[in-house]
Amino acid sequence: MATTATASPSNAAVLCRNVVKAFGQGDTRTIALNGVNVDIQPGQLTLLVGPSGCGKTTLISIVAGLLNPTSGEVQVLGSDLSRMTGTQLVQFRQRNIGFVFQQYNLLPTLTASENAAIPLIIGGMPRHKAFLAANEMLSAVGLEKRLHALPNQLSGGQQQRVAIARALVHEPRLLVCDEPTAALDAQSGQTVMDLLKRVALQSDRAVIIVTHDSRVFNFGDHIIHMDDGLVTRQETPQSGHAQSGHAQSEHAQSGHNGQTHHASPDSSPEINQKSVQVYHV
Amino acid sequence: MNWLALRMLTGDRGKYLSLIFSVTFATLLMTQQVSIFMGIVSRSASQIVDVRDADLWIMDQKVRFIDEAPYLPPTELQRVRGIHGVQWAVRFHKSNVNARLDDGNFRTAVLMGLDDASLVGAPREMILGSLEDLRRPDAVIIDKAGFEYMWPKQPYAIGKEFQIVDRRAVLVGICKASAPFTTLPILYTRFSQAERYHVGQRNVMNYILAKPEPDQNPEEICRRINDQTGLMALTQDQFFWKTINYFLGSTGIPINFGITIALGFIVGIAVAGQTFYLFTLENLKQFGALKAMGVTNLRLIGMILLQATVVGLTGYAIGLGMTAAFFTYTNRITHLAGIHMTWLAAGGVGVAVLMIILVTSVVSLRKVLVLEPAVVFRG
Repeated sequence: MATTATASPSNAAVLCRNVVKAFGQGDTRTIALNGVNVDIQPGQLTLLVGPSGCGKTTLISIVAGLLNPTSGEVQVLGSDLSRMTGTQLVQFRQRNIGFVFQQYNLLPTLTASENAAIPLIIGGMPRHKAFLAANEMLSAVGLEKRLHALPNQLSGGQQQRVAIARALVHEPRLLVCDEPTAALDAQSGQTVMDLLKRVALQSDRAVIIVTHDSRVFNFGDHIIHMDDGLVTRQETPQSGHAQSGHAQSEHAQSGHNGQTHHASPDSSPEINQKSVQVYHV
Repeated sequence: MNWLALRMLTGDRGKYLSLIFSVTFATLLMTQQVSIFMGIVSRSASQIVDVRDADLWIMDQKVRFIDEAPYLPPTELQRVRGIHGVQWAVRFHKSNVNARLDDGNFRTAVLMGLDDASLVGAPREMILGSLEDLRRPDAVIIDKAGFEYMWPKQPYAIGKEFQIVDRRAVLVGICKASAPFTTLPILYTRFSQAERYHVGQRNVMNYILAKPEPDQNPEEICRRINDQTGLMALTQDQFFWKTINYFLGSTGIPINFGITIALGFIVGIAVAGQTFYLFTLENLKQFGALKAMGVTNLRLIGMILLQATVVGLTGYAIGLGMTAAFFTYTNRITHLAGIHMTWLAAGGVGVAVLMIILVTSVVSLRKVLVLEPAVVFRG
């Protein structure tokens, strides 16, 4: 059941401060993120939207501990990722983060049950126990009758449901989804989003979804718009409120964004009554 | 994780079988060629090995291998017998002769003339007839392969008459003997009979076979013979390797076989390596996903090494089995008999397969280790 958490940096699942990521050097240097500041709260389904090349994938890669930022601070579930060694990062990912990929990335030679059990097996759980837990999770996503099907025997939507079961089976506190509906038809896309909202979202778990698919925007509790390596706007669809993020880019470039841009709820009583969070970026 | 590595490997039967096939083929090719090479080279010294009752071979100083020995004067036999530490010494003749059959056909054969009294150097296993019959007039014993060569498709039989250098020979026995390098028939006869086949030749003794006293060191006796007679005296083992080394150093056999063996190795590396590399490439996204989900590089190395080891061991085992089956079958063919898959060949090829696996794994590992897990987010 989805819940709405209070937007405060202290209990944020993800907290990014002035995150810069550059690729290459010299003439080939490309800045993918140019001082990004976001807070993502547990219990919220956060959508990360924007045009291709705007830095969404780079941002979730950093948040998921797959890439290191060039500069800036990234705290995930209270841990500062930049202070972790490579091995600690791997262990952190294994314990705390679930992944759902655009192309599912299921192992083609494993059954749905075996695929879903992988995170538990990586974590050292005995196989028979891991399969039992995986089967339960597959049942939760409506695939109890396809436990032994290979990926090529499943439709795209079913494969993505297996991927969701795999991402959730080890009960991570952060779920990172990259374009989970991009390869699906509208109906399957709605089913997958419904699952993410209904099954994945819990009060202590944050779900971040990178998407281009405007049809799924209504599932988001918090929508972060990005463009050109910057957060340009953040909104909460329940209220339709949004605020420009241009100020952020100015702060980012001037180096003052750590002080003023952070997730403070709007002071309007009317808006508060609606549990709307509008972030001054 | 081993389970996962094996499921990834064996899940796609087609690719798994191609990987196994490439290692199997390389193993078969290498083991077969190494075994044939070893068999052929050891045939060059097979007549030395077949003489089991004498420990020392005495010959002209300039002899390079068994088939190239000049005749010695009969007095040398007495000189050798007179050397302290020699228990006994006997004459031994070896030459190539023409044997003419009663239908007019003739064959070149290897003639072995054994000491009349002791029959030292005689074959140990008779298939038909008795070794004692060699004492009868004009008696010769032939080896099994030689009989089939001289009288093809005929049942084994003794009593056949033929001519050796225009003189009568009577077949009194068929024996087992190691195949010679040239696969010619081997005819055993008494030394005095061999002299008759070489009438006009002053000397027909090209070797003296000897045995040292039980308490004497054979190599010391060889040195003593060498010093006192000027002849070359070698232990059986020394003469065996002298002959082998001559064939290795003076013929194209090692080069020809070496090329084939090297090709087997290269084909093994190329085919197995490429197939395994492609297998890894196709699974790169999956490896990336596993990395993202928390699989360490060390575990991935373990997974890939396990996959390569399973492919290597399975392919190697099947390849060895096929080689063994090949030699089991060809052993029934007389002219190919005696060539076996040796443990040395199997072991050597095992090392080669291990190298193929290592090279293959390293190429694939490199790709996986440098893989950034963030690749999973790049559609």
